[in-house]
Amino acid sequence: MKRIGKIALGLVLAIWTLMPVYNMFLIALDDDAAEYSGHIWPSDWYWESFRVIWRQDYWYLEHFWHQFGNSCFMGFMTMGLTVAIGSMASFALDRMRMRHGWALGNAAMLTYALPSSFLAIPFVHIMHRYGLSDSLWSVIAAQTMFAAPYAILIFQHYGRLIPLELDDAARVDGASPGQMYWHIYVPLMAPALVAVGTYALLLAWNEYLYQFLLLSSTDSMTVAVALDQFFDSDEAPWNYMMSTAIVYSLPPIATYYALRRYMVAGLTMGGVKG
Amino acid sequence: MGRALVREWPPAWRPRGSERAWIAAFLIPYVAVFVAFMAYPVAFGLWMGRSPALYAELVRDPKFLPTVLNTLIYTGVGVNVTMFGAILLSGYFMDRSRWIKALLVLFMLPWALPAIPAFLAWHWMLVGHWGFMNSLLDKVFGIEGPIWFNDYWLALGSNIVATIWKWMPFWTLIFLAGRMAIPQDIYDAADVDGAVGVSRFAYVTFPLLGNLYLICTLLSTLWLVGDFTTVFFVSGGAPARTTEVLATYGTHLAFDSGDPPLGSAAMLSILPLLIPLAILLIRRLRSREVQL
Repeated sequence: MKRIGKIALGLVLAIWTLMPVYNMFLIALDDDAAEYSGHIWPSDWYWESFRVIWRQDYWYLEHFWHQFGNSCFMGFMTMGLTVAIGSMASFALDRMRMRHGWALGNAAMLTYALPSSFLAIPFVHIMHRYGLSDSLWSVIAAQTMFAAPYAILIFQHYGRLIPLELDDAARVDGASPGQMYWHIYVPLMAPALVAVGTYALLLAWNEYLYQFLLLSSTDSMTVAVALDQFFDSDEAPWNYMMSTAIVYSLPPIATYYALRRYMVAGLTMGGVKG
Repeated sequence: MGRALVREWPPAWRPRGSERAWIAAFLIPYVAVFVAFMAYPVAFGLWMGRSPALYAELVRDPKFLPTVLNTLIYTGVGVNVTMFGAILLSGYFMDRSRWIKALLVLFMLPWALPAIPAFLAWHWMLVGHWGFMNSLLDKVFGIEGPIWFNDYWLALGSNIVATIWKWMPFWTLIFLAGRMAIPQDIYDAADVDGAVGVSRFAYVTFPLLGNLYLICTLLSTLWLVGDFTTVFFVSGGAPARTTEVLATYGTHLAFDSGDPPLGSAAMLSILPLLIPLAILLIRRLRSREVQL
């Protein structure tokens, strides 16, 4: 009886998870671009739209691979910078036992009181002042900024699992803090670094508002912004849009599934006290 | 996975000469980015929204108070259903049989799927007469489905359901990590005392995960209050911009109506609610150090 209940719940979860994903393919594989057809099963298996994306054969998709590259650059740069900046700060705050280190961690967390979208208006103005409007770097800076407090939180809690005696021993052997960071802290923190990196990548890939407000030229535009352009037209080919959306989803999904086994270990937040 | 023991952490010390330079070197990247891309924009935003007249103007706008209410409903229902569902599901996924492990892999897909494609899919699933949902209702159950985005509650509900779909996997994973850190002997002891099923959850698991649950609830509240993407792509504010939240409303004022100070003011108006939440979050994070 219990087993049947578990299987039933499993089925419900699978359907719940897959329904929107299935719908994406349903639209992408439909050969009638203009309207949704009311099918619940793909009647045509029309793979042509993926070929159109590959060859950039439609005018909304003229610069698709360039935009795709921009998205990747933005996502992976955010990932790397968040991990680097966050882990260096956590190392100084916690491992080097800096006085009032918590105050700085708290100041970081306090920034979450002002959600990122709320900061978008002044942020856009300031990027104009910095001369960074229409630059991918302004978006990377924003994403890194919003991933960093969470990164520091996870690093600080995960770092507590690594005995300080290791640092003391290294110090006795004459290691500099830089060597301690690179040879002790980074390797032992690997699960947390990977988990936070994945988190930052997905955060950047999920984000739309900053890219929409900051990136306008063909040169700097990302796929996220390009996708929304389909809505500017009255008879946009929705099958092309959905195929684009599917291709756009692949890098974060691939990264997540490649690094998946680190996630649970890295996200414990110190979890529960034994 | 080992258990997460929180050790006694030695007190801070006064760093010596070269260590001080190292600390500075490690902190400078974060502090520099923080000042340039966070502190300055925050200060500028506060400065933009400083005039009381802006808030008087907002209150006069008939769209403002409904938008605040939407934001509260969207966040309140969204966060609590997500969190409660996540903590229950994390128990389900503790079962280590092979197919449940495989299901967890599948279940994480919404989190790894980028928000825009995901919410576009939700939008198209529910839109009009012949979205996938209504076609399904019609062909399988013979029911004529509603026009989801023509009804305030259905549209608001669609936004909330899409948000839950997207974010529940992440929090389930966090609670799963938390549950795995609970030592098995606590459960063994609870078994001896006859705590199984619901009472085991209520008296053993939940108290142990209580602090984590509260922290996650606060974090997700702070993240969801400012959510722009879901509402923008799922309902798009439909019907007739009645389901907008502060993030979409403020952005609209600032960039479509060309009034950035008013947009800033709209978003700042919820700050009195968020600052106490952020302070509570920080206190809970700190309290873990002293509390067992």
